Amino acid sequence: MKAAAFAYARATSVVNALELLAMHGDKAKVLSGGQSLMPAMNLRLLSPDILVDIGGLAELRGITVRGDVLVVGALTRHVDLLRSPEIALHARLLRDAVAHVAHPAIRNRGTIGGSLAHADPASELPACVVALDATIVVRGSAGGRRIAATEFFRGIYETALLPDELLVAVEVPVAGQGSTFFFQEYARRHGDYAVVGLAARAVVAAGRFSALRLGFFAVGDRPLLAVAAGKLINATVTPALLAEAATALADELDPHEDQQATAAMRRHLAMVLLRRCVAALLARPELGMGVGK
Amino acid sequence: MNAPVPVSLLVNGEPIDAFVLPRLNLADFLRENLKLTGTHVGCEHGVCGACTVRLDGEIVRSCLMLTVQAQGASVETIEGLSDSGEIADLQAAFRERNALQCGYCTPGMLITAQDLLKHVSVPDRRAIREHLSGNYCRCTGYQAIVDAVEATAKMRAERGV
Repeated sequence: MKAAAFAYARATSVVNALELLAMHGDKAKVLSGGQSLMPAMNLRLLSPDILVDIGGLAELRGITVRGDVLVVGALTRHVDLLRSPEIALHARLLRDAVAHVAHPAIRNRGTIGGSLAHADPASELPACVVALDATIVVRGSAGGRRIAATEFFRGIYETALLPDELLVAVEVPVAGQGSTFFFQEYARRHGDYAVVGLAARAVVAAGRFSALRLGFFAVGDRPLLAVAAGKLINATVTPALLAEAATALADELDPHEDQQATAAMRRHLAMVLLRRCVAALLARPELGMGVGK
Repeated sequence: MNAPVPVSLLVNGEPIDAFVLPRLNLADFLRENLKLTGTHVGCEHGVCGACTVRLDGEIVRSCLMLTVQAQGASVETIEGLSDSGEIADLQAAFRERNALQCGYCTPGMLITAQDLLKHVSVPDRRAIREHLSGNYCRCTGYQAIVDAVEATAKMRAERGV
């Protein structure tokens, strides 16, 4: 199917894009890579009156390190995350995740800002920025604001962005000493949206977690930072403690049912991922065995 | 508001100037306006890969891109890759290995395979399958397609290309 008719404006600067958004309000949609927006428009799930194309705004592209913060421009493409030495060094989770995002031709166009603003609960990058405790940097006609990733996602395709605001960058704290990452998802086929996925960041010292952030995705209407992780921090992780955390996780989740999986199956898979994640991060394979409730 | 927009781009090295409606996707522009019908339109939401073209040297889905977004860009279609001889050996391998089948997916498969071979000189079969995983073959001729790509990679490595 084809997209319904719309008007098109090529933004010449961030300021110009904000003017266009202020003028058209929620009748406008921002076009960056278009890899989620165009399918939605082709399927007539969306029919904006006008597209504001920010694709040419070089000022929004690129990855830089400022002190202990990695600043990723909103128009940075998935392929750039995959190839960037800065990402590999400071936020490897993003690189690991992007390898699961669709296919090369789509990763060449899709952008981090677009993925976050689109806020598909089954997509990888929202869970990553939650796990990384990132900050979403937003500009509006009245000025800028910075939103914690944990506050940014509000529901299915819903974020804290206002219609006249533009997501301009993501700030990620650089990985410190002892930081490790885990990313895994279940999908019907590599590159498909996840049935259940987990993006995690941890700090491990002397065989214990001094920090652990678990970002589950495709188990609710937004990425979920699991509270259950708290049980595993500053504790010796035994099989019994891990079983307790897995039960707490299952209670915490309220997964949806669709043609791919029941809620019970999603809960089960989330528990399996929790075990695998903990076992991998602590380098204790025995913890990954079995899923007791 | 929805009036045609001017766009200038290079298609297979040739400068093109046109006025297009914003909603016209690049695949339809190539097929309908320029009669470059090697680029196929399958699913129109980025799943099947039949519309794959190169944009400034990188493969993209032309059905998930507006023609107006290609302003100032260089687009290469299967006609361009074929006429330049860049993929003659890959095309020959597809014929020899019986990887053509109905041929609908073939242009996208060839462009995607060539993209892989540009980045990785001798990919293993897993890497070939993964790189082609965004391209659907409705005849399910994957085995032969992977054979053809693998054979081309080995031949190029032997020739030192």
